[in-house]
Parts: sequence; C-alpha cells; structure tokens
Amino acid sequence: MEANKSLNKVEQSKSAKKLKTLNSYTGKLGVLEIFAWLLLILYMTPFYLMFINSFKTRREIFANTTGLPEVWNFKNYLDAMNRMDMISSFTNSMIITIGSVILILLFSSMAAWVLVRDATKKSKIIFYVFTSGMIVPFQAVMLPLVKWMAKIQVGPFKIIGTHYGLIFMYIGFGVSMSIFLYHGFIKGIPKEVEEAATIDGCSKWQTYTKVILPLLKPTTVTVAVLNSIWVWNDFLLPFLTVNGKINTIPLAMNNFFGAFSKQWELAMAALILAIIPIIIFYFFVQKHIIAGIVQGSIK
Amino acid sequence: MSKKSKDNRDFWIFVGPALFAMTMVVIIPFIIGIYYTFTNWNGANSKYDFVGISNYIGLLDDTQFIYSLKITLAYTFASVLSINFVGFGLAYAVTRKLKTSNFLRTGFFMPNLIGGLILGFIWQFMFNSVFTGIGKGLGSTVLATSLLQEPTTAMFAMLIVSTWQYAGYIMVIYVAALENVPADLIEAAHIDGANGWHTFRHITIPMVRQGMTICLFLTLANSFKLFDLNFSLTPLKTTEMLALNIYKEAFVLNNMGIGQAKAIIFFILVTAISLTQVYFNKKKEVEA
Repeated sequence: MEANKSLNKVEQSKSAKKLKTLNSYTGKLGVLEIFAWLLLILYMTPFYLMFINSFKTRREIFANTTGLPEVWNFKNYLDAMNRMDMISSFTNSMIITIGSVILILLFSSMAAWVLVRDATKKSKIIFYVFTSGMIVPFQAVMLPLVKWMAKIQVGPFKIIGTHYGLIFMYIGFGVSMSIFLYHGFIKGIPKEVEEAATIDGCSKWQTYTKVILPLLKPTTVTVAVLNSIWVWNDFLLPFLTVNGKINTIPLAMNNFFGAFSKQWELAMAALILAIIPIIIFYFFVQKHIIAGIVQGSIK
Repeated sequence: MSKKSKDNRDFWIFVGPALFAMTMVVIIPFIIGIYYTFTNWNGANSKYDFVGISNYIGLLDDTQFIYSLKITLAYTFASVLSINFVGFGLAYAVTRKLKTSNFLRTGFFMPNLIGGLILGFIWQFMFNSVFTGIGKGLGSTVLATSLLQEPTTAMFAMLIVSTWQYAGYIMVIYVAALENVPADLIEAAHIDGANGWHTFRHITIPMVRQGMTICLFLTLANSFKLFDLNFSLTPLKTTEMLALNIYKEAFVLNNMGIGQAKAIIFFILVTAISLTQVYFNKKKEVEA
C-alpha cells in the first residue's frame, strides 16, 4: 500500500502532461453513457408499466398491457384507497416507523456513549452482547418471540396487537446495529469536550443532550435512514404480531392481494400508492441514504 | 449518594432501556427457542413431552426441509454471482466520467427502497401478464408461458427480481470502493503501457478487494435469509426456501419443536457465514 503510493507519486510527476487527454469525455464514454441509459430504462420498466396500467380498466390491461391508457381514469385509485384502507395503514406505518426510529436513536446513542466512556470489563461484555444481536436472523427467534410476547400483559397494556408493543419489538431488534454504529463513531470523539461540561456542573443527562447529541449528528442521520427503510418495509414482524388489528402498508398490500388477486387494475393503483411515500422520502434524503448504506455495510 | 454509586446508577439508566428491549425481544426468545426444540409442543396444548434431540434427528428425514436447504444453497450461489456481477458492472460504469453519473446512480438504487413483499407483487404482474403478453404477440409458446409456473423457472424468476433489487445496493458499496482507487495510479499504469484490461485486472480489482469481500458476504447472507420475495412471488412448495419453510412449519403446521429446530439450524448456518466474514475482515485489516 505505502510502496504503491510513493511509486505512484513518482509516476504522477512524470505523467502530469498526459493526464488531461485521458480525463476528457471521449466517444467511448458516450457509448457507455447511452448503454447505461438503455439499461436504466429497462430497470424502470416495471414501475412504468405499473403506473400506466393503474389508470386502465381490467379489460384494457389485458388487451393492451404495454400501451398508454385510452382515458387517464383515477377511479382505480379511489377504489384501491377505500378497499385497502390506505389512509389508516399509511398513518399506522408512519406512527410505527417514526416512533421506533426516534426511540432506537435515543436509546442506542445513550447506551453507546456510556459504553465507550466507561472503559471497564462490564461495558465490554455488554457491548459484545449488543453486537451479537446483529447476527441473529429474525427467523431464528420469531416463533418463541410471538409466544413469549403474547404472555406479557401489564394491566391493560399488551405487546401483541398494539402500536407501542410493535415499537418496543423494533427497538429490541434495532439497537444492535445502531449501537454498533454509534460506538464506532463515539470512540473518535475526544473525551475533553464532555469533561469540560461535567466540570461546569452539568449532570450526565445534560452533558448527553447538550454536548454529545449534537456531535453525533452525522451518525444519527445514517442510523435514522437505515432504520426507517427497514421498519417501513418490514412485513413479517407486523404480520405475526399485529395482523388483523393494525394495518401497516405491507400488511394492507398482503391482505389486498389475498382478497383481490385477480383484480389487477386495483392492484396496480394500490401498488403505486404503496411505493409513493418511500420514493418521495428517497428524493429528499437521497444523499444521506447512499452514504448511510455505505457506512452501514462497511462495519 | 456517593459519586461511585451515582455513576453506577447513571450507567444503568443509559444502558438500561436498550439492554432491556433487546433482552426481551432477542435474548429471552432465543433461549426459550432452544428449549422448544427439545419438546413436541404444538403451540396450543399446554401439555407436551420432552423428546430429546429427536426434532433435530427428524430433520434428516424431512424431505421438504432437505429440499428447501438444497434450493436455498443453489439459489444463494447463483444470486451472489449475478448480484455482484451486475452490481460491479453498474458501479464501474457510473464511476467513469459520465455526464449523468449521479442520476444513473439514483435510478439504479431505487428498487432497493421498496420492500420485497411489494416487489414480489409487482413482478407477479410482469411475469404473468407482461412477458406472457409479449410472448403471445410474438407467437412463441415458450415466451407465452409464465416463468412462475415451473419450479426451476420460478427460481430463475426470483433470481431476476433479486438481482434487479439488490444490484443497485451492491453498486453503491462498489462505487465507494472504486472511488478510493487513486486515479493517478490508473493513469500511471496507462502511461507505462498497460491496456484497459491489464489496469482493471492488476490495479482496480486488487484495490477494491475489501469492498468485494463486504459485498460477497452481504449478498450471501441476504440471499440465504430471503423471505419476503419468496412469500409474495413464489409461494409454492417446490420453490420454498429455508426461511419460508421455517415459517410454514411453525405458523401453518404449528409444529413448534420441529419449526424451532429448523430455526436453530438456520441460525447456525447464518452465523457461520457472518463469522467467516468477520474472520476475513480482520485478516484484511492486519494486511492493510
């Protein structure tokens, strides 16, 4: 690595003049660009077909699948919204995603911070316990989880079939990776910053909210994005624990397909409605999503 | 309160919530799960017997489980290759100096944001109506038959969808790796007379090897654990992969002991994959 670098510095000075020609946009790149665009169009075809067919009647879908609709009719959308109970499933998905993500961010950053600063064996062990959760696949615990959670009831409060119960379970599954990411980041923050705050008389909680949380912002964005996509799209956990009581978007889609699987005109509209929120989200925080994916995977 | 006991109290206040949630949701169920595997509990009846390790031994004769394991391995092998091949290709293309490079990245990444369940439904339409429609139009009976009808072709269909879905994700990681390859290194090789292929083979590939390890293991684990797409696109017995097989054994057939024994085997296999990855990453760190 080091050898490569020094070697390459020598080469660089030798070749500085030739660099310009190699960097310019050539015909070869133009061909590559056109080819990439064709591939992108192919990539987007399923979305395009969903979209145009969502405005057609059923007869028209089968007579003319790939063409534009004769009339751009929004009736399918209204029907799908009613039958899928779109507004309430959207609200539920929002509540569950936002609730879970905020609490995951809060609890993981709190835990990661003290685990880094309290450099004892106890902290090390607890950190390993958290990270070991990352390798447990959901299928390995889902069955006992459902049976065990069904037993938990404190007064009127139950885990199964409630928003907060589902949020609680998402926290349990989400903290592992989040703590891992925060832990790595906090290790790089100098201790002196918070020591000054402690001397100034801040309590632990004040130091955390006033000093630490603002410093963690870049990682918080990453962790928030990764968890939001996961919770928003997750199907199996809500399917096993709240199905029939609370409809999230994936659950609503699944029930909808069970009941109307042959009614493609409604299905198209429903699918478009289901993917719109995440696409909008993507266009707003696109850069963070891509950066987050890279950080999250190179752990 | 003394400083020490106050520190101790603060420690548990900060670690407690996360630790409590994870203990309740992951650790305790995991332990209960191991206990289940030694019983013949059916989930509803409060009476059950201890059956020792017969649930595990029975898996050897469980033809559906063995079948699921086989197709999962075959599928995983194929999809690791195809996702990485396409993902790397996309990354290589969008890291050249294209004018619309950023837009292309955004587009190729998009399928990734949508959950496997919904993608499965979208592609049902593609395979059952669009492709067959085009096939009929061309007058070809082969093309007019939906890929989802036969087990082998249905697995192939799943491969197409997951490559389409994950290649953009893998692309993003390869892009990060490729951008770390110093441009002057490539230029230097060019000037020394190396052609495109040589540069690619002897400079680019070795430089992105760590990114490659990450991508290989990521796709390996994801393909092996595939559930949502399998559930919504190809829910037949003949295309039932491991995760779906566990789900059905536990929640459709209500065999808690057997279902959980399958889950534990599944856990061991996934853990083996993850630990191998950790081993390789550690090794790389030492070398670098």
